[in-house]
Amino acid sequence: MCYVEVSWSESLTLYLLRTCAHAAKKLFFLSQRLTQQYVIMNLYLCSAEYPDLRKHNNCMASNLTPAIYAKLCDKATPNGYTLDQAIQTGVDNPGHPFIKTVGMVAGDEESYEVFADLLDPIIRERHNGYDPNIMKHPTDLDSSKLQSGHFDERYVLSSRVRTGRSIRGLSLPPACSRAERREVERVVVDALAGLKGDLTGRYFSLTQMTEAEQQQLIDDHFLFDKPVSPLLTCAGMARDWPDARGIWHNNEKTFLIWINEEDHTRVISMEKGGNMKRVFERFCRGLKEVERLIQERGWEFMWNERLGYVLTCPSNLGTGLRAGVHVKLPLLSKDPRFSKILNNLRLQKRGTGGVDTAAVGGVFDISNLDRLGHSEVQLVQTVVDGVNYLIECEKRLEKGQDIKVPPPINFYMHGT
Amino acid sequence: MDYKYRPIGAQTVDYKLRAAAISRTGELLLGRRCWFVSSSVGKIGIFVSTTGSNSSPQIRQQQGSAMPFGNTHNQMKMKYTSEQEYPDLSKHNNHMAKVLTPAMYERLRSKQTPSGFTLDDVIQTGVDNPGHPFIMTVGCVAGDEETYEVFKELLDPVIQDRHGGYKPTDKHKTDLNPANLKGGDDLDSNYVLSSRVRTGRSVCGFCLPPHCSRGERRAVEKLSIEALASLTGDLKGKYYALKNMTDAEQQQLIDDHFLFDKPVSPLLLASGMGRDWPDARGIWHNDTKTFLVWVNEEDHLRVISMQKGGNMKEVFNRFCTGLTTIETLFKDRGHAFMWNEHLGYILTCPSNLGTGLRAGVHVKLPNMSKNAKFEEVLKRLRLQKRGTGGVDTAAVGGVFDISNADRLGFSEVELVQMVVDGVKLLVEMEKKLEKGQSIDDLIPAQK
Repeated sequence: MCYVEVSWSESLTLYLLRTCAHAAKKLFFLSQRLTQQYVIMNLYLCSAEYPDLRKHNNCMASNLTPAIYAKLCDKATPNGYTLDQAIQTGVDNPGHPFIKTVGMVAGDEESYEVFADLLDPIIRERHNGYDPNIMKHPTDLDSSKLQSGHFDERYVLSSRVRTGRSIRGLSLPPACSRAERREVERVVVDALAGLKGDLTGRYFSLTQMTEAEQQQLIDDHFLFDKPVSPLLTCAGMARDWPDARGIWHNNEKTFLIWINEEDHTRVISMEKGGNMKRVFERFCRGLKEVERLIQERGWEFMWNERLGYVLTCPSNLGTGLRAGVHVKLPLLSKDPRFSKILNNLRLQKRGTGGVDTAAVGGVFDISNLDRLGHSEVQLVQTVVDGVNYLIECEKRLEKGQDIKVPPPINFYMHGT
Repeated sequence: MDYKYRPIGAQTVDYKLRAAAISRTGELLLGRRCWFVSSSVGKIGIFVSTTGSNSSPQIRQQQGSAMPFGNTHNQMKMKYTSEQEYPDLSKHNNHMAKVLTPAMYERLRSKQTPSGFTLDDVIQTGVDNPGHPFIMTVGCVAGDEETYEVFKELLDPVIQDRHGGYKPTDKHKTDLNPANLKGGDDLDSNYVLSSRVRTGRSVCGFCLPPHCSRGERRAVEKLSIEALASLTGDLKGKYYALKNMTDAEQQQLIDDHFLFDKPVSPLLLASGMGRDWPDARGIWHNDTKTFLVWVNEEDHLRVISMQKGGNMKEVFNRFCTGLTTIETLFKDRGHAFMWNEHLGYILTCPSNLGTGLRAGVHVKLPNMSKNAKFEEVLKRLRLQKRGTGGVDTAAVGGVFDISNADRLGFSEVELVQMVVDGVKLLVEMEKKLEKGQSIDDLIPAQK
């Protein structure tokens, strides 16, 4: 800021200009109030609005330069979603101890286009150099291609595959209005009622659940709660809780859909034991069936060639797929090479409580790291091969033998 | 790559941005963006922000408001019926839920204030927080001064409910003359541990904490720092920005019970007051640590005068002097406080309108609090009790925070008078109960 001295005549001119400017601004406001069409914020320079990211460590903070901010700060998607809204969660949450967070969300499908200048570098950083401008994402839900998907059940306690799907034409959870959220619920529940055979099931709305139903869902480990993680609440995903939220599951309790939690839908296939092949088979079949059912009603999922399936968090683009197991690795987890092995196998570990937790009793949640740039089949195969290798290592350590760190998997060639 | 399965109808997304008609008009009006501030005779200071890496400063306009919680696309929501959008308030117990009928929702949902604050923005906190165990919450907030006009239909009944029948035609009187207070310097220090008066003030021309952008919040902070820096005498003090504080300073402020933390109450978070924490938040206090200003917490400014012991008169004196001085300083810089004849001082929460004043003491009432008539006595004296940790807490060890229940419809002097007289009476009753005597003859009439 600089302070400039002016002469009397100049100051008079400026005073008149200012009065005119104020008058014009007031007239403008008045006209806008009448037409109710456009709205003007106080006019601040982009530099005055640029967030203070000096203590921040997330993908948004690493990539949001003042120049990019200036370019995007006055843009909005057709639904009215703005850059400040998209980055709010990253501004409010400087960093997470266990994992480098993304720090940005999408409010609708168009966010990925309108804010591409910021989202493309974030996607490149988060997804190992995948460049949406020049690459295409492969979608492959043919579960018959999966090989040797049966784990040793002395080690693998349960197997699970999850993904998300968004309904095209409706805003995503950070931005959706109550009516849109209810519409998502209606469309999905309607479609799910058409599932048959081993996929026949029932919907439990969070607002109307009985005490008994709630207890049952808790015991089955199906019930999701109002988000408490500030990563989610700061992005506005907990608004109007528990309106239009619910859980659908099949009678056998192996196929489960969450509605309006962090995404429009989260689809989960799971079972106790190590039969990942069957879990994945049911996953693919269920997803395709649900897609067919919503298409009959004139809806479709958000998907495009560049980004695959479009979801709220940029980290879930592509397949949105996390295939994982709960596996006992007490010896291997204490080995100092554990992290490196996981890394080379393109796997990640979490505690058995979910993304924000630590492991308990040597039981880990092991799942794929990648989401975008590889198909569903490829990713689940990675998990199958990787977990088999980990179990081999554990067995060898049990016998007192040594283990080897495997070479890094050569299946992503996106640079770095 | 093997595309065995491909979603039907996958297509690239086309979008059209709304025409940028406004930016052109803005450019014509103002050219380079400047703030005009009149500083002294013969000179007008022009503050020109240089943007460093940018070659030309860009005027920033937005279509739609910048409320981060997704209520910006008000026009787009109009394609859904009012019934589809109306919140489910069946399990709710707050003032907003009692007043907001579906018909009212339908009438108000197409409106927005000039800065883009909408009905859904106003009520979000009430929708997300069905009810509070200790106190009936308001369930709505204001995003700017105009909210109280544009959403009059909702806010007038809420105000009436909350402020003891205050009608839309009533006028509020402001009285910050400490000489009008009778007594108050003689509350028994054996019982009254500390005395405190607080209020809030909002600065004209800026949006309130639920709605303000980072630029606005920083401008409020800058203005406050400048104004407070010119205080003198026993009001001379120092500003501590939350994000620049050293560990030593932070510890000192905690020990003094001055430091405010990032809000954790869902009542505040759901309305967006915690955004961008701790950017542009800070605490100013005078060297004697008896006068304190919070910047950009729940309101633009929270002004607090406090000291140990029972000399409420002195506390109120300092409060009034400090407040009127600060008001003059802000006016000199071209920014009055938000005030009008009907609602008095305008603050974020409708419960703080009028005086925004809460005058209170921490007082030991172990016997009185166990007495069956405690609640009734408080009600008649127009006082309320809280725990010593603030609005969301319970009392500990028989020590209560006793303060005025009203904010609007009474002047500052009247409210502090109520507290002074009321606490005197409560202490008298406590003393009687200690001696095992009855307090029946002391029970007051309803004020």
